[in-house]
Amino acid sequence: MPKIIEKRVLTPITKLFRFEAPMIASAAKPGQFVIVRVREGGERIPLTIADFDAKSGTVTIVVQEVGVTSRLLGAHEVGDNILDVLGPLGEPAHIPPGGHVVGVGGGFGSAALWCLMRELKERGDRTTVILGARHDHLLLLIDELREVCDNLELCTDDGSVGLKGFVTERLQQLIDGDGPGKPDHVIAIGPMPMMRAVANTTRDTGIPTQVSMDPLMIDGTGMCGCCRVTVGDEVKFACVDGPLFDASKVDFDEAVKRNKIYVKDEKRAAERQQKMKEESANAS
Amino acid sequence: MPAKRENKTPMLERNATLRATDFVEVNEGYTIAHAAFEAERCLRCQDPVCVASCPVHIPIPEFIHQIAAGNMQGAVDILRSANPLPAVCGRVCPQEDQCEQTCHMGNHFKPVGIGYLERFVADWERANVKSKGVKKPTRQQRIAVIGAGPAGLVCAGDLARLGYPVTIYEGLHAPGGVLRYGIPEFRLPNDILDWEIDLLKELGVEIICNVVVGKTIQLDDLFDKMGFSAVFVGTGAGLPKFLGIPGENLNGVYSANEFLTRINLMQSYNFPEADTPLYLGKRVAVIGAGNTAMDAIRSALRLGAEEGMSIYRRSEKEMTARVEEYHHALEEGVKFHWLTNPVEIVGDDKGWVTGIKCLHMKLGEPDESGRSRPIPIEGSEFIIPLDNVVLSLGNSPNPLLVNSTPGLDKDKHGCLVMDKDKPQTSRKWVYAGGDAVTGAATVILAAGAGKDAAATIHKDLSAVA
Repeated sequence: MPKIIEKRVLTPITKLFRFEAPMIASAAKPGQFVIVRVREGGERIPLTIADFDAKSGTVTIVVQEVGVTSRLLGAHEVGDNILDVLGPLGEPAHIPPGGHVVGVGGGFGSAALWCLMRELKERGDRTTVILGARHDHLLLLIDELREVCDNLELCTDDGSVGLKGFVTERLQQLIDGDGPGKPDHVIAIGPMPMMRAVANTTRDTGIPTQVSMDPLMIDGTGMCGCCRVTVGDEVKFACVDGPLFDASKVDFDEAVKRNKIYVKDEKRAAERQQKMKEESANAS
Repeated sequence: MPAKRENKTPMLERNATLRATDFVEVNEGYTIAHAAFEAERCLRCQDPVCVASCPVHIPIPEFIHQIAAGNMQGAVDILRSANPLPAVCGRVCPQEDQCEQTCHMGNHFKPVGIGYLERFVADWERANVKSKGVKKPTRQQRIAVIGAGPAGLVCAGDLARLGYPVTIYEGLHAPGGVLRYGIPEFRLPNDILDWEIDLLKELGVEIICNVVVGKTIQLDDLFDKMGFSAVFVGTGAGLPKFLGIPGENLNGVYSANEFLTRINLMQSYNFPEADTPLYLGKRVAVIGAGNTAMDAIRSALRLGAEEGMSIYRRSEKEMTARVEEYHHALEEGVKFHWLTNPVEIVGDDKGWVTGIKCLHMKLGEPDESGRSRPIPIEGSEFIIPLDNVVLSLGNSPNPLLVNSTPGLDKDKHGCLVMDKDKPQTSRKWVYAGGDAVTGAATVILAAGAGKDAAATIHKDLSAVA
């Protein structure tokens, strides 16, 4: 069981964990993910690898507490073990070298850009990250990202820092030649509406754009087909064919609907979790 | 003298109405009296053809003779010497197509209940034999097994019995492969599977979960970095097939693998105590009529579906499910739409399944499988209203290992290409068996392949030791 050696609270509901997993750390490449299970009877959830270090044998993930499992994981502390971690899974990012790569991150998607941008910068690409959030204190890992990219562009809905507006507005400005200039390649990782907006922004520009799809998964090895995503006229399994896909071809409508299959169940499970938490608080 | 009783001693079964509401095992097993009574029917043939038609070559008349003689420990020893998974195989093997099909008693009467007797002996062992502690390996050459499904478990068991240190790498968080994620508890209870696996651990087999060879570590690492002398690939057929018709990504459509994995491995029947949910409506159809299809639809009824049906493009005669499973499904209320071919899954504007559009079929000339080819009847289109569609169309081999391993050849179906003389892949010291080689087949064929590979590995390693 991988042991947690570092925990950072990035926002009240966003936690960073670094844990010992030498085999995964040696094999991981940017763009890949792990499947995590945190208790007996628990579900298996996919989490993008934010960073990894083969030398220290550690892997870093960032988790946003949105469901039963992510809340349980979020409550873990340094020294705790994570019950099951499987990975690295999925195909690594493939980006042709030598260009200007713009990574667009929203929410905890910025974490996934961390190791990717480092690798691209180290091999000599010009790298820009456009990071967006509602307020400045929801922008994650700014210092880490600033270290691994040439330009860091910030956007907030309320203008508390950087451009007041959406990441796609800044992306459009870059496409039009502003700042670090037109991207040769765009990679967007974050909430579905943001990735869809990025896809729409670059759709007619001819700029190759990838999005990191985040469908529901169980095994993560191609066995169940839960993570089906329609890409062009093909049905792909995000766990083995993805999670990165050509943004212009992804059927976002379908992906959004498929991610809502268990909304009612998730609510029921969350209520149960809350009730148990209250009961244990009352008991002690 | 063998007893001249025409019929097999019946298996006790739980009442269909009662059992269709839970996941407790349907078959209750023989008592010691039933077993002795049935064992007396064995003719103890001079040429036991049953043994030849058993993929793991259990000395069937010998173990049955021990039951008849009241020596249960003797029966256990004989059974275990040939098959490391008798409690599993006694439950899920299609004996009617193998040992019992060739049983000489079957020429005039019903064959001996070999499967029921195998199950009885294993269950007797579970109830009566205490753990002997973990056995230490006696040999130096270490063997890695990839995948803790039936092929890998049997291969590991046989090699451990020969004294080799064996490590199994399993991708999921629990061992068993299809026995864990695929076969429901009403046919194969988890505690039976756990017990069989515990016995393998007592033989010295080490099982490491959460490792996908080809992703977490590479096959070459097993030799170069970790010092294994031979590798057995038992990665199974883990890639579900879809029909390629419109509507397959609607909410409420599952592959049988996903549907059963949610229920069996993830225990969604226990939601929300277990965290993994399952979306199940009132009307559920499984597409297909094999054993997996029966498992899925019978599970759906147990979880509260009001109507469960199988939709199959061929007829009753061509269905591939075991007769016993088919009868159990009928008893539990499963309906069958024979000669019915789905052409589209229809849904509402929010993306949820509302029904399936099908065509009636008729049977034509035999096709390449030897079965009559189903031909669509034009203009026969009709819609069955549904909340769930479960696609049980078979699986292709899992490509993760093959795609990441240089020199490991596969054919156009994704199956591993094997040496023509022995169960070795295109790589020296890499052996394989089970669904990864044959495409989706049965537990016992995988077990047999694991057993053959273990014998070959032992022979090849002995030649260089």
